[in-house]
Amino acid sequence: MAIDKATVLRIAKLARIEVADEATDGLADELNAIMAWVEQLSEVDTEGVEPMTSVVDITPPLRSDTVEAVAPRDDILANAPNAEDGFFVVPKVVE
Amino acid sequence: MSALTDLTIAGARAALEKRECSARELAEAHIAAAEAARHLNAFVAETFDLALGQADASDKRLAAGEGGLLEGMPLAIKDLYCTKGVHSAACSHILDGFKPPYESTVTANLWREGAVMLGKANMDEFAMGSANVTSYYGNVINPWQREGDNKPLVPGGSSGGSAAAVAARIALAATGTDTGGSIRQPAAFCGLVGLKPTYGRCSRWGIIAFASSLDQAGPLTRSVEDAALMLQVMASYDAKDSTSVDVPVPDYAAALSGEVKGLRVGVPAEYRLDGMPEEIEALWRQGIDWYRDAGAEIVDISLPHTKYSLPTYYIVAPAECSSNLARYDGVRYGLREEDSDLTQMYERTRAKGFGAEVQRRIMIGTYVLSAGYYDAYYLKAQKLRTLIARDFQQAWEKVDVVLTPTAPSAAFAIGEKMDDPIAMYLNDVFTVPASMAGLPGISVPAGLSAEGLPLGLQLIGQPFDEARMLNAARFMEIAADFTARPAGASGGAA
Repeated sequence: MAIDKATVLRIAKLARIEVADEATDGLADELNAIMAWVEQLSEVDTEGVEPMTSVVDITPPLRSDTVEAVAPRDDILANAPNAEDGFFVVPKVVE
Repeated sequence: MSALTDLTIAGARAALEKRECSARELAEAHIAAAEAARHLNAFVAETFDLALGQADASDKRLAAGEGGLLEGMPLAIKDLYCTKGVHSAACSHILDGFKPPYESTVTANLWREGAVMLGKANMDEFAMGSANVTSYYGNVINPWQREGDNKPLVPGGSSGGSAAAVAARIALAATGTDTGGSIRQPAAFCGLVGLKPTYGRCSRWGIIAFASSLDQAGPLTRSVEDAALMLQVMASYDAKDSTSVDVPVPDYAAALSGEVKGLRVGVPAEYRLDGMPEEIEALWRQGIDWYRDAGAEIVDISLPHTKYSLPTYYIVAPAECSSNLARYDGVRYGLREEDSDLTQMYERTRAKGFGAEVQRRIMIGTYVLSAGYYDAYYLKAQKLRTLIARDFQQAWEKVDVVLTPTAPSAAFAIGEKMDDPIAMYLNDVFTVPASMAGLPGISVPAGLSAEGLPLGLQLIGQPFDEARMLNAARFMEIAADFTARPAGASGGAA
């Protein structure tokens, strides 16, 4: 199934990446080439094969549910492009 | 001073112990070498003052007889590792200015044993690339050149700055990370030993995530013994990484007898590719002969799903990357492109902050995970991954290690293979299968191409059997006796 211009725009929207209109044709070509190449997987019969969920054979460990010290708030906020009064600042999202 | 930058870790440790040099002298020699080789663009952040401070502290500990395993060893650290208060940007524009308030577990292990940080090494953006040409900070130049041709070559990728730094003798060793070959392929391109441990051997905590089910930390060094010493310190169980595996870390260097009599070496038929350069095939045959002549048992094996590893990887890795890289939204760190609308702010920030290859992979990943395509692509790829891993499990009934080429070519020139993403992806055709199966792999420099460039052979080991794999690599190192040096190692004047 070919990826058309509308699909590129839909994927870009889902991925939250702004794509200029004039770039969509080129992107569609690139993505189609890659998807056509991975299409060869369909020739393998995977009926009854369990999908791999972990590459190492371990039981996921449990840890105790305790509060632990992490980096101080102001250290975390020091990396923010915009912070104020101990908060991250974002554009207004509620009316 | 040049002698100090020619040492291995093992040699430098001995020199420090015998008081032939100080840690400060060792650091100064490497800093001078780094300054002379800035044209390689191996470092994206130099931390020379920090290095000198660490070296002075090392000298104090050494004088008190309290030196650690890597006391005073000047290292390059891939920019993917979070280092507290120091530039850590995965060589992406989107992490502009990010200085982590914490230290990755692997680098914390290194500092605890006295290692010294020279700087953060250049790399492909978010470790996505095989030639170090996607870094926001520019290309890295391989210190090796073709005979009679000074066209700049790629160092491989994604750990290209790490590889160039070690090959050019501006760091004693370096950390890299390997998702589909990002340690082993640059090691092969730069004439180094590159080790990717078993998935779960080194903690991923504090290493900026690309594809979490594949990413693994490992060293790039100029000898197998150095790889063993680095792994000794980098490996640990870490409760902060839920995929870290709690098994003891053996004394890897102690396993290096170089004795391979009776070792069962598997040679997989499926790695013989159509159109593979004859010199790669000849080197592989040479490697097989070395083992046979030393009394190892050569076993022909089949890994039937090998050809599907790369396309499987290009579903799994982009899927995981699209999820991992969702966090870069212009809110908590790095770049922000202001907009009065929140979604627009996200979209503009990510369009500006991510390079073309990263955007391409996020888009592919988003597509294969999207409603209606998940089963056809992502689930299918996870099933293929089970089959690829099963191939190896069956092989382990017959062999102890697997021997293959590391990469299908020697280093190529900057600008080559750039127009076609798939041609670039094929660099990892021999390294991706072990990654898909979570297995350890090591590239050892084994010979030179007709153009005088290094070529590597890869050993793949059983899970958590790095000790035996390293010993087999030590044997190959002795047999190959690789002593060639890059022409561009001595800096800009060369």
